[in-house]
Amino acid sequence: MQDMKEKQGRLEQLVEDLLSEAKKQGATSAEAGVSSDAGLSVNVRLGEVETIEHTRDRGLGISVWFGHRKGSSSTSDFSGDAVRDAVRAACNIARYTSEDSCNGLADRELMAANPPDLDLYHPWNVEVEEAIALGIECEDAARSVDPRITNSEGASLNTHSGLQIYGNSHGFIGGYPSSRHSISCAVVGQEDDAMQRDYWYSTARSRDTLEPPDLVGKKAGERTLARLGARRIPTQEAPVIFQAEMAIGLMRSFIGAINGSALYRHSSFLMDHLGKQVFPKFVRIHEQPLLPGGLASAAFDSEGVATRTKDFITGGILQSYVLDSYSARKLNMQTTANAGGVRNLYIEPGDMDLEALLRTMDKGLLVTEMMGSGLNMVTGDYSRGAAGFWVEDGEIQYPVEEITIAGNLRQMFAGLQAVGKDLDRRSSIRTGSWLLEPMTIAGA
Amino acid sequence: MPTTTNIACNTLLAPAELKESDLDRVMDQILSHSIDSADIYFQSSRLESWVLEDGIIREGAYNIEQGVGIRAINGEKTGFAYSDEILLPNLLEAGKSARAIARSGGSGNIHIKGATAPNQFYDPINPLDTLSEEQKIDLLRRLDAEARKQDPRVTQVIASLVAVHDVVLVVDNEGTMTGDVRPLVRCNVHVIVEQGEQREQGSSGGGARQAFQFFIDQDRALEYAREAVRLALVNLEAVDAPAGTMPVVLGPGWPGVLLHEAIGHGLEGDFNRKGTSAFSGRLGDKVATEGCTVVDDGTLPGRRGSLSVDDEGTPGQYTVLIEDGILKGYIQDRLNARLMGTESTGNGRRESYAHLPLPRMTNTYMLPGNREPGEIIASVDRGLYAVNFGGGQVDITSGKFVFSANEAYLIEGGKITRPVKGATLIGNGPDVLTRVSMVGNDLELDAGVGTCGKEGQSVPVGVGQPTLKVDELTVGGTSA
Ligand SMILES: [Zn+2]
Repeated sequence: MQDMKEKQGRLEQLVEDLLSEAKKQGATSAEAGVSSDAGLSVNVRLGEVETIEHTRDRGLGISVWFGHRKGSSSTSDFSGDAVRDAVRAACNIARYTSEDSCNGLADRELMAANPPDLDLYHPWNVEVEEAIALGIECEDAARSVDPRITNSEGASLNTHSGLQIYGNSHGFIGGYPSSRHSISCAVVGQEDDAMQRDYWYSTARSRDTLEPPDLVGKKAGERTLARLGARRIPTQEAPVIFQAEMAIGLMRSFIGAINGSALYRHSSFLMDHLGKQVFPKFVRIHEQPLLPGGLASAAFDSEGVATRTKDFITGGILQSYVLDSYSARKLNMQTTANAGGVRNLYIEPGDMDLEALLRTMDKGLLVTEMMGSGLNMVTGDYSRGAAGFWVEDGEIQYPVEEITIAGNLRQMFAGLQAVGKDLDRRSSIRTGSWLLEPMTIAGA
Repeated sequence: MPTTTNIACNTLLAPAELKESDLDRVMDQILSHSIDSADIYFQSSRLESWVLEDGIIREGAYNIEQGVGIRAINGEKTGFAYSDEILLPNLLEAGKSARAIARSGGSGNIHIKGATAPNQFYDPINPLDTLSEEQKIDLLRRLDAEARKQDPRVTQVIASLVAVHDVVLVVDNEGTMTGDVRPLVRCNVHVIVEQGEQREQGSSGGGARQAFQFFIDQDRALEYAREAVRLALVNLEAVDAPAGTMPVVLGPGWPGVLLHEAIGHGLEGDFNRKGTSAFSGRLGDKVATEGCTVVDDGTLPGRRGSLSVDDEGTPGQYTVLIEDGILKGYIQDRLNARLMGTESTGNGRRESYAHLPLPRMTNTYMLPGNREPGEIIASVDRGLYAVNFGGGQVDITSGKFVFSANEAYLIEGGKITRPVKGATLIGNGPDVLTRVSMVGNDLELDAGVGTCGKEGQSVPVGVGQPTLKVDELTVGGTSA
C-alpha cells in the first residue's frame, strides 16, 4: 500500500508536469490523464499450461485548448522528453482545429471536491503456480460435467491492478488505485457430428467475491451441454425472453440511444424523448456511481465532474440524458457527469425468477446468445443472430440455433412485459431477464 | 535506398543504442532454458487522426506507442512479457519472465543477421507526412461540402482522416532479424439525412497502405461522400426486410465479409490444431460448389490487409484455402504450423508488441467465375440482393455466422424492385458455399475498411468476391 501511495505521488507529479508544460507552451486550459496497470494472465488447456502473460501497460494523454480550439495527444512514454513532445503535438494540432464555443473543460464549480474512497483496490498477488492450479481446477470441473464434453478451449485466470490519475487546469487533480480479477472457461461438446461451445466467467474487484473456479467450470460445462442437439425453428412471430446476460445488451443500447453525442448528431431513435414514456410504467433505471467496490464505480467522471446517483427512467419516463460537457453544451443543457460513460446501471428487478418468466411467456423463445451488431441507432431497427431455447407450456423444450430475431428497439422497450429478479451480478449493468412482446424470428 | 530492416533498426534500436551483440545476449539468455522457439518484437507506432463535424474541424489527436514484446515457446506452452521501454535492462527482464515457461537446460549461441523481405507490397513511407496539415483539413472540408451539395436533406456530416505509421522489427531464435515499415491511411464519411420526422444514416469510406494521395487520386474521397449520401437516401425509402430462408444474391466487393466470417476464421490454424473448428479435420473435403476458389492473399500491392512480412518475420503469401470447391489449406502462424507439422503461411499477426501473435487473415477473397451479374439476378424469382454490409461474427465451433446488410433490395420476378431495411443474414459456414449456384465474372475487392477482431486483438484486413448467388440463406427481417 505504501508502495502504491508513492507511485500515486509520482503519477500525480507527471500530471502536474503535463499541465504546467501545456501552460508554458501557451495553452489557455488543459487536462491530462495518466494510467499504469500491471497484471498476470494465465491460460490452461487440457490440463496443461498454455500461455503465461505478464502485462504492464501505461499511458498518458493530454488535451490542450487555445480558447475554444482543442488538440490532443497520447503516448506510453513517460520520459521528460516525451512529456514535452506530447504537449507540443497536442498544441500543434490545436493550431488547425476550429473555434468551437462548446469546446473546453467542464465548468470549474462542478469539479469533485474531496472525492470519497470507493474501495476499488484489492490486489491479488497470485503466484504463477497457484494461478495455473486454479485454472486447471476450473477446466477439470467443466470437462467432468459429462462425457459429451469432448474438447476444451481452456480456462484462464487474469488479475490486474493499477492506478489512474486525472487533472486539469481548474486545479482539479484526483486519482485512485483499482483492481480487477477474472476467471473464465470455455469447453466444447459433441453429439453425433455437431459440436457446440459455450463458456462462463466471473469477474470482481476482489478475489474474495470471485466465483470459485470449480463453479465457473461447472457452469461452462453445463451451458455447453445444454446446447447440444440444437435445431432450427420455422420463421414466425413469438414472444421472446432475453436472459439476463443478453438483457444487459438491451440496457447498453438504451444508454447508447440517450448518449449526448448520438443526440446532438440527430443519430438516435430516442431523440427528443426527454419527459416522454419510453418504457412501461413499472420500469425504473438508475445509476449508482458511488457504490463501494462497484465494478464501474468512480467519484468523478473523466472530466473531473463529481458523479451522483440519478434516475434515467422513472415510471417508464425518460428523466435524463447521458451527457458530458461537450454534448451538454451542444444541447444547451448541463453535463450529467457521464464523461466516459455510465457507472453501475441498475433496472429495478421484478418478483419473478427465470422459471416464472418462462411460465408467464408459456410459448416462445428464450435467447441466451446473440451474434452480430445489427442495430440501426438512428431508427432503432434491430436484427441480430440468436441462439437459445424453444419454450412451450412454460418449459424449455430444446436448444435452437441459426435463427435471427428482429424488431424495433423503441417498440421492444415500450412492450417490455416483465423484468426478472435473476440478476447477472458480473456486470456493472445489472438486470434480470426481460420478457418482451412478440418479435419476428427468421429460421428454417 | 535503405532496406526496411535498416529503417527499422534505425528507428527502434539506435535511439536506445542497442547493438546486435545486445540482441545476441538477450536471445542467448532466453535459449538457456529448453525453448523450441522465441522471438523479440520491437514496434514503434504513430497515429494521427482528424475529425470534421458540423462543418468544423472538431478534433485532432496524435498518439505515439512503442515497446518490445518477448515470447518463448516450449511445445504448446508460451511465455510472454513486454515492456514499453526499449532498453537493454527491460529486454533482459522481459526475456527472463518469458523463458520461465520452460526449465533451464537449453543453450543458445546465436548470431543476429539482418534479412529483408523478398518482396515489398507497399512503400516504406510515413503517411502522416504525405499531406500538410492544411491539406488534410482542406480535404475534410471538401468532403463536407460534397456531401451537403448532393441533397438538401443532408443534415449532418462527420468526416474523418486517420494515418498510421507502424515500424516493426522481429528477431527470431535463428537470429534472423526482419523489419517492416507499414503505412496505413483511412478516410470515412458518415451522414444523417432527414425528411420530415424520418431520419436515416449512411457511411462510406476506404483506405490503403499508401500515402494520403490515394484519397485524392480518382476523386476517391469525394466519391465516399457521394456514396454515403446515396446510401442514406436509399435507406429513407426502404421497406421492412423479409424474414425467412430464401435465395440471396450478394454483390461484389465488401459482401466478401461472408468469406471472412463463414470460411476464413474456421480455417485458422489454432482452432484446427485444437480441433475446435467446424472445419477441423476436413482438409480434402468438398466444402463448396465447383467453381468456388477462395484465397488469402497478403501480397496485393498497397492493400489494407497486405503484409510484406508478418509479425513473425515470415514473408506475406498467397494461400489457396478452397480450390474448385475442395478444402485445400489452413491459415498458419509459426506455432500452429510447427505443431501441425506444416509451414507458416505468413499469417502470424499481432495487434501490437503487447499482444501474442495469432493466425489471422490478410486479404480474403473468391476468384471470379463466368456469369454476368445481370444473369444472376434474373435467375431469382423472389429473394434478396444485398450489396453493402456492416460487420459480421462467427461461432467457430458450431460454424454459425452472421453478417449484417445495410443496403439491400428485394428481387421479384428476376428484377431488383424495392430497397429494404438493414437485416442480419445467418448461415452455417461449412455448408453455405455448397449452396452457391452462380459465381459472377466481376471480382471486386473492398474499399479498404475492414478490421478483424479475435481474442481482443484488432488487425486491418481486406475482403472481396464477385457477385454470388446463394440458393438458401436466412434473412432476418421483420416481414414474415
Ligand atoms: Zn474477423
